Amino acid sequence: MWDVVHRLGSPRTFYTIAGRWQPWLWALAALLLGTGSVWALLFAPADYQQGDSFRILYVHVPAAILAQSCFVLMAVAGAIFLVWRIKLADMVATVIAPFGAAMTGVALFSGSVWGVPTWGTWWVWDARLTSMLIQLFLYLGVIALRGAFASRDGGARAASLLTLVGVINIPIIKYSVDWWNTLHQPATFTLTQRPAMPAEMWLPLAVMVLGFYAYFVALTLTRTRSEILRREGRKRWVLELGS
Amino acid sequence: MQPRTSVAGLGPALLATLRRDLTVALRRRGDLVNPPAFFALVITLFPLGISPVPEQLAAIAPGLLWVAALLATQLSLDALFRSDHEDGSLEQLLLAPQPLAALVLAKVAVHWLLTGLPLALMAPLLGLLLSLPSGSYGVLAASLALGSATLGLIGAIGAALTVGLARGSVLLSLLVLPLTIPVLIFGSGAVQAAAMGGDVAPALAMLGAQLALALMLAPWAIAGALRISIHG
Repeated sequence: MWDVVHRLGSPRTFYTIAGRWQPWLWALAALLLGTGSVWALLFAPADYQQGDSFRILYVHVPAAILAQSCFVLMAVAGAIFLVWRIKLADMVATVIAPFGAAMTGVALFSGSVWGVPTWGTWWVWDARLTSMLIQLFLYLGVIALRGAFASRDGGARAASLLTLVGVINIPIIKYSVDWWNTLHQPATFTLTQRPAMPAEMWLPLAVMVLGFYAYFVALTLTRTRSEILRREGRKRWVLELGS
Repeated sequence: MQPRTSVAGLGPALLATLRRDLTVALRRRGDLVNPPAFFALVITLFPLGISPVPEQLAAIAPGLLWVAALLATQLSLDALFRSDHEDGSLEQLLLAPQPLAALVLAKVAVHWLLTGLPLALMAPLLGLLLSLPSGSYGVLAASLALGSATLGLIGAIGAALTVGLARGSVLLSLLVLPLTIPVLIFGSGAVQAAAMGGDVAPALAMLGAQLALALMLAPWAIAGALRISIHG
């Protein structure tokens, strides 16, 4: 088993295998996102209360889910890098961080746009919105810390440690923000208390979530491959690729 | 094989670290005044910026006091390891045979004693200026004393991560402030509950739980971060 891990952990093997999977994953992502978007925007029934504006959900929810799982994934990669010093894990973490921050931004922005027709305001200090905003700051901190170090290895280890500290804190932050919200104001707007969604509404959502994940995996593979080329540019096998 | 030099136990090493840090800090008295002075100044700005009406101030006093105290503790964090890093004594600490996590805990304890505790003792006085309802002064001091210890432990992780960076202090706030939000919520929550005559025990218990968790985990993170910063 360790043999497999070590071979996969070698940038060169990863580069080759990822290169083989990459076109299929991009195709899968395009298919899922295309189907999901058409289904969600044209064929899914409009919400009886919110009308067509509820369709923002099909972008908002996948982005929010992805934003959270990216942080966990980044922490897993960081732990692998800190414990076993597998460089590939850090390359993946480097690539995920800006993507996760972007997804958090997309979730916040789409939530704001959605808030105007439904709540009549761009922003409320709702527990979920607030913890999402804090998560954006955590992402920015990790990215900034990595960039601040002169040595790549130092920056990588510092960013990994900060990610681990962050991932322990996220549940605590979430819990306390929930507590704070109930303390300050009763829940004026909840997304959870809507009637259960009919299947023709949530099926396109499931397709969209899968599509976002496929897009994430495909993009991560592609960007990790270019990160490998950037870092290993002096290695012989990379030079042979170019010749 | 007998070790050639006898190694001091953990207890004496902790005491020596405590005494050294206290001595160094007390010889730089000017730095000690900074956080309380900042705290008092910021609190003075709020009535000027918002309104001098006591009722209005009293309504937001718990939050104002807590936010100002939180920012005041941030002010001194950057210095926590920096001078030790500059004169090389931080490397000696890393080389010491005793566990680094225990030794940094002693350093953080001294930091709390000289910034967190003074802020907590001073807060009731500033609460008086903001016409905080009577009966919440004790809770204010207690919540700040508990909370600032957690803030020091969390902040020390950030300080350790940025100690080797030239412009670390700006980055430090970005790293640390998001992590301090739970402390702020329960700290100001306790004072608000006290001001409204509610039950303060849950919020104070949560502050205590956060401190216990931070005491358990943060020293290892601080020690790991110092090793990363020193060895690159």
